[in-house]
Amino acid sequence: MNTHKFMQDHAPLPMTSPTQPMRMIQGNGVDVGKTIHFTFDGRSYTAHPGDTLASALLANGVRLVGRSFKYHRPRGILSAGPEEPNALVELRTGARREPNTRATVAELFDGLTASSQNRWPTLAFDALGINGALSPVFTAGFYYKTFMWPASFWEKIYEPIIRRAAGLGRAAEEADPDCYEKSNGFCDVLIVGSGPAGLAAALAAATSGARVILCEQDSLPGGRLRAENILIDHQPGWNWAEATINRLRAMPNVRIMTRSCVFARYDGGTYGVFERVSDHLATPQPDQPRQRLWRIVARQCIVATGGIERPIVFPNNDRPGIMLAGAVRTYVNRFGVVPGRRAVVYTNNDDGLRSATDLHAAGVQIVAIVDSRPSSAHAQAIAQRTGAPLFPSARIADTSGYRGVTAALIRDSEGKDCRIACDLIAVSGGWNPDIALTTHHGKRPSYNDEIAAFIPTSDEEDMHVSGVAAGTMTTSGALTEGALAGHQAAACCGFGKASSPPPAVPSVDQDESYGIVPQWHAMDAESGRRAGRAFIDFQNDVTAKDTKLAAQEGFRSVEHLKRYTTLGMATDQGKTANVNGLAFLAEVNGQSIPQTGTTLTRPPTQPVTLGTLAGPHRGLHFKPHRLPPTHQWATEQGAVFTANGLWQRAQWYPRVGETTWQDTVNREVNTVRSAVGFCDVTTLGKIDIQGPDAANFLERVYVNAWQKLPIGRARYGLMLREDGFAFDDGTTARLGENHYVMTTTTANAGPVMQHLEFCHQCLWPDMDVQFISVTDEWAQIAVAGPRSRDVLRQIVDPQYDLSNESFGYMAAATITVCGGQPARLFRLSFSGELAYELAVPAHYGDALARLLMRVGAPYGITPYGTEALGVMRIEKGHPAGPELNGQTTAHDLGMGRMLSTKKDFIGRTMATRAALTDPGRPTLIGLRPLVAGTTLDAGAHLLPKGSPATAAFDQGWISSSAWSPTVGSWIALGFLSNGPARHGEIIAVHNPLADTVTEAEIVSPVFVDPEGKRLHA
Amino acid sequence: MSSERYSLFSLLRESLRGHTGWKPAWRKASPQAAYDIVIVGGGGHGLATAYYLAQRYGIRRVAVLEKGWIGNGNIGRNTTIVRSNYLLPGNTPFYECSMKLWEGLEQDINYNAMVSQRGVLNLFHNDAQRNAYIRRGNAMRLHDIDAELLDASAVRAKLPFLNFDDARFPIQGGLLQRRGGTVRHDAVAWGYARAADKLGVDIIENCEVTGITITNGRVTGVETSRGPIAASKVGLACAGNSSRVAAMAGLRLPIESHVLQAFVTEGLKPFIDCVTTFGAGHFYISQSDKGGLVFGGDIDGYNSYAQRGNMPVVEDVVEGGMALMPRIGRARLLRQWGGLMDMSMDGSPIIDRTPVDQLYLNAGWCYGGFKATPASGLCFAHLLARDEPHEVATAYRLDRFGRGAVIDEKGMGAQPNLH
Amino acid sequence: MRLNCPHCGERSLEEFTYRGDATLRRPAADASAKSWVDYVYLRDNPAGRHEEYWYHGAGCRAWLVVDRDTTTHRVHSVRAAGSTSENTRLNHEHA
Repeated sequence: MNTHKFMQDHAPLPMTSPTQPMRMIQGNGVDVGKTIHFTFDGRSYTAHPGDTLASALLANGVRLVGRSFKYHRPRGILSAGPEEPNALVELRTGARREPNTRATVAELFDGLTASSQNRWPTLAFDALGINGALSPVFTAGFYYKTFMWPASFWEKIYEPIIRRAAGLGRAAEEADPDCYEKSNGFCDVLIVGSGPAGLAAALAAATSGARVILCEQDSLPGGRLRAENILIDHQPGWNWAEATINRLRAMPNVRIMTRSCVFARYDGGTYGVFERVSDHLATPQPDQPRQRLWRIVARQCIVATGGIERPIVFPNNDRPGIMLAGAVRTYVNRFGVVPGRRAVVYTNNDDGLRSATDLHAAGVQIVAIVDSRPSSAHAQAIAQRTGAPLFPSARIADTSGYRGVTAALIRDSEGKDCRIACDLIAVSGGWNPDIALTTHHGKRPSYNDEIAAFIPTSDEEDMHVSGVAAGTMTTSGALTEGALAGHQAAACCGFGKASSPPPAVPSVDQDESYGIVPQWHAMDAESGRRAGRAFIDFQNDVTAKDTKLAAQEGFRSVEHLKRYTTLGMATDQGKTANVNGLAFLAEVNGQSIPQTGTTLTRPPTQPVTLGTLAGPHRGLHFKPHRLPPTHQWATEQGAVFTANGLWQRAQWYPRVGETTWQDTVNREVNTVRSAVGFCDVTTLGKIDIQGPDAANFLERVYVNAWQKLPIGRARYGLMLREDGFAFDDGTTARLGENHYVMTTTTANAGPVMQHLEFCHQCLWPDMDVQFISVTDEWAQIAVAGPRSRDVLRQIVDPQYDLSNESFGYMAAATITVCGGQPARLFRLSFSGELAYELAVPAHYGDALARLLMRVGAPYGITPYGTEALGVMRIEKGHPAGPELNGQTTAHDLGMGRMLSTKKDFIGRTMATRAALTDPGRPTLIGLRPLVAGTTLDAGAHLLPKGSPATAAFDQGWISSSAWSPTVGSWIALGFLSNGPARHGEIIAVHNPLADTVTEAEIVSPVFVDPEGKRLHA
Repeated sequence: MSSERYSLFSLLRESLRGHTGWKPAWRKASPQAAYDIVIVGGGGHGLATAYYLAQRYGIRRVAVLEKGWIGNGNIGRNTTIVRSNYLLPGNTPFYECSMKLWEGLEQDINYNAMVSQRGVLNLFHNDAQRNAYIRRGNAMRLHDIDAELLDASAVRAKLPFLNFDDARFPIQGGLLQRRGGTVRHDAVAWGYARAADKLGVDIIENCEVTGITITNGRVTGVETSRGPIAASKVGLACAGNSSRVAAMAGLRLPIESHVLQAFVTEGLKPFIDCVTTFGAGHFYISQSDKGGLVFGGDIDGYNSYAQRGNMPVVEDVVEGGMALMPRIGRARLLRQWGGLMDMSMDGSPIIDRTPVDQLYLNAGWCYGGFKATPASGLCFAHLLARDEPHEVATAYRLDRFGRGAVIDEKGMGAQPNLH
Repeated sequence: MRLNCPHCGERSLEEFTYRGDATLRRPAADASAKSWVDYVYLRDNPAGRHEEYWYHGAGCRAWLVVDRDTTTHRVHSVRAAGSTSENTRLNHEHA
């Protein structure tokens, strides 16, 4: 009679709040000393801290909360947890509007605003309630059978109507204003759930010394201990839970995370956890994220997630006021709220009967106990104690009431019907262990006849399941199992010995009985067409009939059933529906439940906001910015920047008086070609290569020869992939006997580095050579133009002779500048002019730019950006990204003759395949328009003049184009079948997207200084 | 009277009599001793192949063998997008053939698979990307396929909720194929199954192929969990399991199996009209007729048969989503899953004979198999019936790798995880 | 998924880049065209244990040979590609 004693502890509220007529007693989870305010559908209500939106609505007597998806049936609150299918609302407003928020987990804060969704014009009068009347037509999968005639009507008529009805809540219309974070956590033992099993596990593991993280999705620890009248160590269970949590909190090796849902199990002991940091506040504190994503790495995991109660399927089982029996106890015991005044309890197990006891103790009249099982002494005792008529071997055959249940039609063991007025039906069809996490790796659970539910098949080496989640239905069992799991998990991590006895667990006043005898539904075989609809999946309005029809049409696999009827596909993922659906299908198929199968759950266990999964990586912070060393200086110059991969590069440097970017780029090109300019080319990949086998190694990764490259010289090189297609190009300079520095394209800096490491470590590990990326170590600036030597002479220390004779084209040297500062100088030219690339330690890059501006001023120096760089490389016919697109070969690029026949190199053999050397392949050419002012568009296709504009005549395309101020015309690079043999031919340039066809002459891809006089100057 | 044909009329008639007249969409067939053609794999491609064999080529002694329930592979695990916006001449006509078959699918198979031509928009964010899309769009137009180039303002007018304010990689424009869109994926499997069944094809579920019988270098049938089945020809349409099944005939394929994850949110009132792909991250999205945002990104990148992926890709994909559509931050991810992709070495499929006589292969669909379903079925049926490639699938030969005639849309080379 | 890098210890997936079958051997330069095509294009692609290359790009830049089950993602061992000796083979504590 401990229960009675406990009830005496349950003091009635000092003063019943007139605005919360259903708040009857002091709940263990709310602070009735404080009153807060909220609105639902524009009406104001009061509540207390600790309430959820659902408990607050119930406290205020609000039963109608939402509408179902398909039939727009009036719906109330079914559950008290994340499994809620019905009570979905739009929480908050404006940019913070959160659609489809389960009222049962939304913590109440002062000023909370919520609205019902998926109804028009109002919740009480929803026009689409008409769908209910059309339900004979709107059966499972009806849309697959119609809307096909006429064909054009689908997109124009039918689908727009369907889409107008689609969806539940409305996404916010503005960018999410809140911040999100990501964090990493590491522990020996991760415990999921803080009910009796989880707490016992945490204590056992933590006492052994293991690092423990305990995650509880709720705001308060305790799990079902908050919902039930259970005495642990002679104190209320929730009291014990709080004391235990406080004990754990005091341990340095324990982290308690509330409002934290472990939503997924990934590989290697990695778990996804989603923490609601400030959802219980009106808005996050400044500098506080709204939510946080945790990647927790745990060596062992204990799943103590408890269970989810399932309803019984009976006609019109979806009316507001028909609730899960366990949820009713949560509202009574935790929140002090009674969801009705006249209650029917309907159960197929002893656990459901507890709702009668608790409701009665809270002053609710129990008008009937409907037990689907034969009469038992236990049920009789409870009926007697609560003064309720007991209907053994009975069921509920129907209910009445539109916006809330008003009566239950009870069919007794003899088939006699009895209508009983009520405003609450507490239903228990038994409990399903919450095993979602245990199935994420594809492990199928097994059906347990004794508890009529699926349980995890067996423990895995890094995952233990205990308590209700494992099918253990008593509190004492959960405590014992949890402690054992915690003890063993810690031992697996080297803390304590598995063979030693697990720690003692506290006593529980009495073991709960369960005694389930499944009654999945209360449908008569003969009830036939006139019975009301009996819902299996509430939110998606999947009825018993739908499942029968699906089976009749051959959708007899559980996965087919799910997909055909949409059972289990709603926002609750069928947490309260799937097993009932399976039981139904089994019955229709004439099979047992295990024969029929089960569906695996997929992550996440609960819906996770996209904001959390993205964390801070949005807007400008989507990807990091890489800034070249001259970035600050370029900003001061007023440069316009462009993204080049992660790099921000100066695109051009506008000057006063220039009205278009083209003016600026023309000026930059002209200045380089006539005087001097400079450009930060730090972004090109730079790889330092050292070792006795460096030259041999280069021989194998480049197509051309490297053995004879002298110290102090650089060479252009082309790399292929092993499949024979072009990979990357660049120059490599020999700085010492065994020392080379390679440059790569900006885009391929990382891939080339990876490739070199692969070749070395995986293909030729015996080679004595090492690599390191020095891209970020050196600021490298190209100084180009006929006066570039004059400018450099102002900077390079005088002992270095820059004359053409001693430092000619392709020379490379380690030098000093500015009176002894280390530097590297390369005589390389991308522009085709006399040009150098000067490298200095990266932190001198900014100073170098400023110095070049100063000493170059007398020579008319200009900085130039990537646009002018691009124009000049097109003028010189140098391939870049658009040409090196991974689909081209050395032959296509006009470099077929570079391929050495005297050595092995990556791609050598495959490059000789017939299709890669076919002369008919599109090959690099230049193009000039017949009329100089005519634009050549990159991406246009090349067809013989006069041929029809069809693919059959397509012979090539333009890869790059630019206005060339040097040539005084548009110019382009492209690829054309048999291109090199066709110089001089006029070809049609088709750009159907722009609706243009122009003509151009096929020319050499080198437009400026084909003899190369300038770069040798 | 049963309702054999689906129509509004039959639906109304059935609704008046409790839907008692609907027949199973396909028979639960048991294996016969022998067939003209056995298709291994009851996914979209296998079922479509069987349908076209019966419907277009008059071959009806056909069995489709499925180890589980039909449609349990990628046909039911994809993001439902259909399009024919391909660049390379080996691909373009094939995918356009598929697009045209989609456009007539409902009338063809009398099943509403909800082919919804709401458009596919590929966004670009820099000049090089724009030029590549212009090249592609022009290739499409030269093949008489619709394509339009949108500038940033046109994109904004169409999708005003994209991030135009503080984007790390600002949207410059997009390539739009209006005829692209989405299709209700499961319905494609069911629709083809029903249509093939009506023409006499046996669809045999829970029938796993355990061996391929080869006599004198020639296939004569298959061993299955339900006994041996003789066949004059055997066609493999096993997607991610292609290597395993081909190995039963001693073949190694130019294929790796990889996992591709896909995601759906809770249902929201529709606001995303067309399929949209982000050009500066791994993210593409559409909104289903139920209201869920259906999205995906890149493959996880390692060999896998596990049909599930890992967290870095989840984060990467959603980061792309938030970068592109900052208003979806408070929408919730409802479900994620993984499909088993038969990633070929050049990113393009194979529909060809194999070195083993009378054994035919349909594989290598990478993550693009769904949109190909009708044409894949048609071309594989053509090959099986006529022993020569269909005119739109002539490039999908197994020997193209030896010849070097690869079809590499992405230019990533012989590394399947980069396609 | 986590890989136990022999140089850096156990690290998370995002630090690594994948590159397929590690049992392939690059043919000699004068090997037959067929052996080259096999090497570049054909794969066993097993459902089960798979020796495969991973690159620790965000760590020590070592190429690793990982023995992993493609059906469960369980990692059985990791060793540096450049080394062949058994003593560098580290057993994984976690799948």
